[in-house]
Amino acid sequence: MNNLKLNILLLIIAVIAPAVFYPVFLAKILCFALFACAFNLLLGYAGLLSFGHAAFLGTGGYVTGYLMINTGLSPEIAIILGMVAGGILGAIFGKLAVKREGIYFAMVTLALAQLVFFFYLQAPFTNGEDGLQGVPRGAIFGLIDLSNNYTMYYFVLAIFILGYWIINRTVHSPFGQVLKAIRENEDRAISLGYEVNRYKWVAFIISAALASLAGSTKALVFNLASLTDVHWHMSGEVILMTLVGGVGTILGPILGAGIVVSMQNYLSGGELGNYIHIIMGFVFVVCVLSFRSGIVGQLLKFKRNNF
Amino acid sequence: MKTIKTSLLTKIAYGVMSASLSLNVLAASDGKVKIGVLADMGGTYADICGKGCVTATEMAIEDFGGEVLGKKIELVSADSQLKPDIASSIARKWVESEDVDTIGGLVSSAVSGAVSKVNLDNKKITLISGSASNSFTTDACNAYNVHWTYNVEAMANGTVKPMVESGKKNWFFITADYSFGHSLESVATTVITEKGGKVVGGVRAPLGTTDFSSYVLQAQASGADVVALANAGNDTVNALKAASEFGLTDQMDIAGLLVFTQNSQAMDPSVAAGMRLTTGFYWDMDDQARQWSARFEERHGGIPSMIHAGIYSATMHYLNSVKAVGTDESEAVIKHMKQNKPNDFFARNAELRGDGRMVHDMLYVEIKKASERKNKNDIYTILKIIPANEAYAPMLPQCDFS
Repeated sequence: MNNLKLNILLLIIAVIAPAVFYPVFLAKILCFALFACAFNLLLGYAGLLSFGHAAFLGTGGYVTGYLMINTGLSPEIAIILGMVAGGILGAIFGKLAVKREGIYFAMVTLALAQLVFFFYLQAPFTNGEDGLQGVPRGAIFGLIDLSNNYTMYYFVLAIFILGYWIINRTVHSPFGQVLKAIRENEDRAISLGYEVNRYKWVAFIISAALASLAGSTKALVFNLASLTDVHWHMSGEVILMTLVGGVGTILGPILGAGIVVSMQNYLSGGELGNYIHIIMGFVFVVCVLSFRSGIVGQLLKFKRNNF
Repeated sequence: MKTIKTSLLTKIAYGVMSASLSLNVLAASDGKVKIGVLADMGGTYADICGKGCVTATEMAIEDFGGEVLGKKIELVSADSQLKPDIASSIARKWVESEDVDTIGGLVSSAVSGAVSKVNLDNKKITLISGSASNSFTTDACNAYNVHWTYNVEAMANGTVKPMVESGKKNWFFITADYSFGHSLESVATTVITEKGGKVVGGVRAPLGTTDFSSYVLQAQASGADVVALANAGNDTVNALKAASEFGLTDQMDIAGLLVFTQNSQAMDPSVAAGMRLTTGFYWDMDDQARQWSARFEERHGGIPSMIHAGIYSATMHYLNSVKAVGTDESEAVIKHMKQNKPNDFFARNAELRGDGRMVHDMLYVEIKKASERKNKNDIYTILKIIPANEAYAPMLPQCDFS
């Protein structure tokens, strides 16, 4: 019940936010929030640290961007195809990666993501360093023109809510419970008769597909798909977002994404522009040292202890 | 769950409707000039533009008198972090919600391309001062692009042509493996083959390579007369270091296709001396340039690169046009900019063509030996002035927006 109230409150805030903030900025936060939520599904609920999630974000963006520029598909279909492409890539990555655990899992995903990065760097259709520029936003169902920033924002909000709902359902389903069991004690889950690797694999695919969904949407918001999205820095950034917000909590990644994106946005314009990486690093260190469960995790703990 | 869904749907529908009905008003010209400077403030290209670009723009605004159309000229700046997505989101925010009239600076062609797209959508002028790619006035040209300072063609024409003409026919490329390097290489290759030379080989090194030994050895084995470095910044510096360690500099000529003053200054004269290159500006070229550069150095703490001088010149020309036409409305301003020739310490025999390419005289220079240098800023000997029409390729008819 409490959760429902909170969700509605957040929804109301999200709906009226464009009146106060610049809608493209908010849309960017939502894209990254979805990306971080997808990542959190793996790290927070299945205990798998993927260090290659940028590959999915970028794949979604490139596929959607390419389709929008070259085929004149309507945006919802281009986004779905971007998501499918990311999901397929995730299936391949996942199949290979779930065979290993811990640091080896992270390294396998990083290595595969670097392969993908190199592919996008070299492939002629991506324009290398320039990226796919001038991706048209198109009109959803051929009806609602997305070139208006406010319309775009509400479209992104709708996609975000869909993604958020899928993650929420996954986490609270029996499947999600098994994932948690695997996270807590993999051997015991095996002894209970679960095919652990298959569960991990499915979780990986869902996470990859949702990360691609975020990437596809982001490409439309910015009219751009670039190498930034596939670079391993992006894989690091999403870890930062998730950890700052609170790993293993539903709302943590959203808050984390909001904080990181706002910091990047506001610092880059101000006097502190030169020190943006130092400040981000400092925030990360403080977060890891003093509240390891992230902001939301810490708040939940506080609530548990005091109320 | 149901309540969420229904309230959600109605809210979205409501929001979408109200948004598309009420907020579709485009920001009209407000009569106040606001200039945005977007540059890499802390990365690879911070020295050649960065804070210096902001300083140079400030100087232009102050020299202009600080106000135009009866209102104070405003300046905003931000760090592009060399990422096209960050740059495009900042540019979007500026032109869509903060009434910025023009965006200048812009190092890295990827960033400039993204910003130019945003500006085209919003009909705002892009004053590109720091990018090398010639695509802004060729395949990605648009009516709001203004490309100042230099481009890959001018570099290739300036540096490569005289060398081929002097009999250095066989070339080998060490190219930065991204779009800028590729376009520089292809433009230079065209120049070489046109003049009867040939490219005997090439190798592509990733951006940010620190150890160039293997590439240098390949160059050495190729038997070329000239090794061309189609890269920039630290890549050039590192490649040249490796070349000198392997004694390549004694056997072959090295041509740096894009070398900025700051890079030349940073290189050890014993390694770099004698290297010839093309630049759009040199602080010590004449009294006018020296005077401006002295003022710049006093404020910035270092001599200006051609990008710094270029952004000052571009801003000044823009402001003059705003004043002359009496509005900050982009079409009128850019038309005036193209009809009237810029002329200042930077822009010599200059003209802003219909495609937005600003052509001006370039300088062909040689890096001085340590013994010839009078002080730390004394780095180039000017060999010759390359006239504007020789340095730049002619305008493409489909890109003529005049």
